[in-house]
Amino acid sequence: MTGLIIVLVLIAVVVLFVISMYNSLIQLRNRVKNAWSQIDVQLKRRHDLIPNLLETVKGYMKHEREIMENITKYRSQAMDASTVGEKAQAEGLLSGALGQLRVQVENYPDLKANQNFLALQEELTSTENKISFARQSYNDQVLFYNNKIQMFPSNIIAGMFKFLQEEFFQVEDAKEREVPKVSF
Amino acid sequence: MWELIEANRRKSLILFFSLGLTLLLLGYFFGSAYYPDGGGFIGMFFAFVIWGILSLISYFSGSKILLAVSGAKEVTKEVHPQLFNIVEEMKISASLPAMPKVYIINEAAPNAFATGVKPENSAVAVTAGLLARLNRDELQGVVAHEVSHIVNRDVLFMTFAGIMLGSIVLISEVFLRSLWFGGGRYTSKSSKSSGQGQMIIMIVAIVFAILAPILAQLLYFAISRKREYLADASAVRYTRYPEGLASALEKIANSTEELKTANKVTAPMYIANPLKPKGQKLSNLTSTHPPISERVRILRSMSGGANYIDYQNAFNKIKKSNLPIIPSSGLADQTTIGLKEASITPVTLGLNKQTKRDTGDIMMKVNNYSFIDCSCGLKIKIPPDFQKTELFCPRCGRKHNLNS
Ligand SMILES: [Zn+2]
Repeated sequence: MTGLIIVLVLIAVVVLFVISMYNSLIQLRNRVKNAWSQIDVQLKRRHDLIPNLLETVKGYMKHEREIMENITKYRSQAMDASTVGEKAQAEGLLSGALGQLRVQVENYPDLKANQNFLALQEELTSTENKISFARQSYNDQVLFYNNKIQMFPSNIIAGMFKFLQEEFFQVEDAKEREVPKVSF
Repeated sequence: MWELIEANRRKSLILFFSLGLTLLLLGYFFGSAYYPDGGGFIGMFFAFVIWGILSLISYFSGSKILLAVSGAKEVTKEVHPQLFNIVEEMKISASLPAMPKVYIINEAAPNAFATGVKPENSAVAVTAGLLARLNRDELQGVVAHEVSHIVNRDVLFMTFAGIMLGSIVLISEVFLRSLWFGGGRYTSKSSKSSGQGQMIIMIVAIVFAILAPILAQLLYFAISRKREYLADASAVRYTRYPEGLASALEKIANSTEELKTANKVTAPMYIANPLKPKGQKLSNLTSTHPPISERVRILRSMSGGANYIDYQNAFNKIKKSNLPIIPSSGLADQTTIGLKEASITPVTLGLNKQTKRDTGDIMMKVNNYSFIDCSCGLKIKIPPDFQKTELFCPRCGRKHNLNS
């Protein structure tokens, strides 16, 4: 009789342990998802701003066809990307191309005085800042979550219930800042 | 991050208790100076009641009072899109649970403050003069500093410690004045009845009433100064760009305008002390803020990263001391957070004609003026009480409809 009680208590302890592990994994995964949605909102916002920007800039810029084509191309690549990794790569390229455009704007004083352009530029700058700040907290959450999945004993529960590792959102900073070579 | 708030809170509690004790002692002396038999406890009770009432008022409507006293007006994104964007950026970077409300103060002196005892319900206020002078990076630095006050619960601390300090000053003043005006009558009566003992209590009470406000103020200001450094450190962590805040502080320090709506009680709330001290050296001891030049030098000597430890290292280097500004939990975080590079757009210095006109526009927008961009290039300003439905451009004579 006492043996049975001990076994039952042990089983109850194990079950409770599994439940609490499972719950904390779910919580961490939700945080990752929540942090991702923060980035996603801003990425969408940037995609929405780009057509307007290109439309405004087109009338002024004569020699930057290639940059503008790249922006359009990377934008649709980014919108089609399905995994976080693909998305990060396309968004990185898009940031790079937008950076090149920004450098070229310096050569067009008329454009720099255009109210509509200035407003768009402010929105775009802010959206990029928001992406980069949100990226930091997303990567922090992914790190927490992935660590939990890898570490004992939570890795057993993670394996049982198929909790998968999440991808970091990494944009290569070096590429973003690369100064474009201009050919006339 | 949570530990940082905890450590902050512990220190606040210590200060809070010592201020509370001072307040109660003051009440005790006040009471027993007049009524030796049990008057001390009545005095304590009254001191406590005064403090309680002031605290309740400030907890429930402190932000509203502060914003009203400073002449701040809540604005929408259309009034200043950039300011709104920056506040939102800092909300994301600091992981605030809700977007702070944005206020603009109709003044030419550059300054800013934050309110809100809870991060869920906070506000950031900046003056129009600040908006006119600072570029984007600098404004981001200032907003980041203000948001860190909200995150670090400094607003809560400032409010309650400020109220205690206020009560201490108030009670001491009432006591000393009552001696001045009605003292003779009371002292003669009491010296007859209880003699020397009462005289000693009276003297102790007077000394205490003179010293208590001074000591309380020193204590309060020492901690509020430390919190300024901490807010600077957090601002760098949020923006990853110390130069933004550094050059903003420099511009604020160089301005000659006076902030008319600030006073002694609200002064510690601002990013830079709005009550300009004449002799900076002398005021270092009691000033609510560390000297700006020092804050700037610390920010500029930050290298290697934007984390708390990098700020503390820079602080130690400049101040040549090891005073811990950052709670140890903040220093334990050893992750390198890269500093941001300067943006490509060149910095516009000084107050040119354009920015001066912008300030005017901001102030008018705050006062509900609306604007029409005429195709001749002129921006027409329409006052809120404009009655007609159409308007002719004063430069080119084009007709504009105002029905929308
Ligand atoms: Zn401050």
